[in-house]
Amino acid sequence: MSRRAKTAVYGVLCLLALPFLFPTWWMVTSSLKPVGDIFAFPPTLFPTDVSFDAYAKAFELQPFARQYFNSMYIAALVTVGTLAVSSLAGYAFARIKFKGANLWFVVILVGLLIPSEVTIVPLFKMFDAWGMVDTHWPLILVPILGAPSVLATFIMRQFFLALPGELEEAAKVDGLGRFAIFRLIALPLARPALGAVAIFTFLHSWNLYLEPIVFLSSSEMFTLPQALTQFVDAYGGPMWDIQLSAASLTALPVLVVFVIAQRQFIEGLAHTGLKG
Amino acid sequence: MSTRFWTGSRRDTLAGYLFIAPQLLGSVLFVFVPLGLVFWYSLHEWNVLADTFTFVGAENYQALADDPKLADALVATGFFSAGLVVLNLSLALLLAVLLNQRLRGTVFFRTVFFSPVVVSLVAWTIVWNFLLQDNGGINALLETVGVDGPNWLRGEGTAMVAVIVVQVIKNVGLNMVLFLAALQGVPANLYEAATVDGASRRRQFLSITVPMISPTILLTSIITVVGSLQVFAQIAVLTQGGPGTSTTVLVYYLYQQAFQFHHFGYGATLSVLLFAIVLLLTLVQWRMRRKWVFHES
Repeated sequence: MSRRAKTAVYGVLCLLALPFLFPTWWMVTSSLKPVGDIFAFPPTLFPTDVSFDAYAKAFELQPFARQYFNSMYIAALVTVGTLAVSSLAGYAFARIKFKGANLWFVVILVGLLIPSEVTIVPLFKMFDAWGMVDTHWPLILVPILGAPSVLATFIMRQFFLALPGELEEAAKVDGLGRFAIFRLIALPLARPALGAVAIFTFLHSWNLYLEPIVFLSSSEMFTLPQALTQFVDAYGGPMWDIQLSAASLTALPVLVVFVIAQRQFIEGLAHTGLKG
Repeated sequence: MSTRFWTGSRRDTLAGYLFIAPQLLGSVLFVFVPLGLVFWYSLHEWNVLADTFTFVGAENYQALADDPKLADALVATGFFSAGLVVLNLSLALLLAVLLNQRLRGTVFFRTVFFSPVVVSLVAWTIVWNFLLQDNGGINALLETVGVDGPNWLRGEGTAMVAVIVVQVIKNVGLNMVLFLAALQGVPANLYEAATVDGASRRRQFLSITVPMISPTILLTSIITVVGSLQVFAQIAVLTQGGPGTSTTVLVYYLYQQAFQFHHFGYGATLSVLLFAIVLLLTLVQWRMRRKWVFHES
């Protein structure tokens, strides 16, 4: 490639990168500005006086630490649960020959075609009948067992299908049971697929918005996305400084983990995540 | 023991069913039962506040046809989905091609373009809500170069465009890495042969690259279309369906009907409609694969 072409490509890339980088930069720097400077003109790219007032207020106005914990523990539970359910089912569909396997696989795949928005009304009534509205159960049980985990099962199945089976056959001859083969041999080999499933499951749970606002009503039960939109004044207008500081606290830890492990994130998702 | 009960295949059947049991029972309980209930509810007039639940047959479906707001919602949904898919796929492909040029620093740019994917959706939307205010960051930047920007989220024409762009930047990284993986799977000797034959780069792109990555184009377009029908948080935070009903997409309308106006029966009918649309679009795209997907990987 010629020098000029190279320069042109870099130019285009830098220009395109702006709308991807600027929002995060603007979120963090604005959250550190005193509230009066937030809409100051001309805009300042660096805060002149750094103020953490908005961060303190986020914790005063809502049980924000509790909400943070809610989001973390729900996403963690959903991730572990989905890994267990999807690796078991994916393994069985790929490796165990049993009657009805194909039929049940197709039946389960139907879940892929049903956005959770379609079933939100009956799910609300079901959890209402079980006395589980305003608890975290709907946010934990539905993703692990319902439609969201079907994609995970599909990915695990594809991965196990592509895995050479000799080791497992040898273990079978040695008299190892199915579950032992799964746990001791197949699962350790499936680490890349498990990693990809874990990442998108965690992000999916962490991002949920419709479900929390439908199922949860008391502020100490709220998850982060829901809590962020509750920092409003008496007229329903956003309290910008507090929303931005709470949003920074929500976004930055995941971003930091991502930047450190970006190769695993991206390549995991690209190669095991959605191929096939 | 030739007559023992636990033969290998019986054992496998038991193991198979035990392994899939959680997923299968979960699908019944949280996918098929609610799906059946949605159809059942859609045949009822059900107002939660008034506590009425009466069988009305197809009346809700009749009401769909007579609901001018639904027509608006379908137009908004179509506009949103079409805009999102076209913009998302073309930008994703452009980024993937640029990053596939074996230049230094591509890992950095790949990280940058992917980073919004891992940012919490509502946090991302809140930042853009802030940026797109009349006196917000975008208009301040425009003003420094002498342009008087519109009130993006309050204008009939600009609100939907703003929502689409915000959503494209949020998720384009995912399609970009899928395209990048596909591009890297195209055998280099195809390009070498084409270069020897004197084919231009444009010609190579259209005749080699596009056919070779067509399975990925199909996959990403299905994911993106289905995803676009589910847009909710962005609308709720940025525009609340406004101005007017210009950004009231189907899912947002469904939410309003069921959980704000407490019309569960009609909400369920809208859910059935959403399901039908998703099913139809997926089938159409799947059918199209025979026509324009070069091979199945």
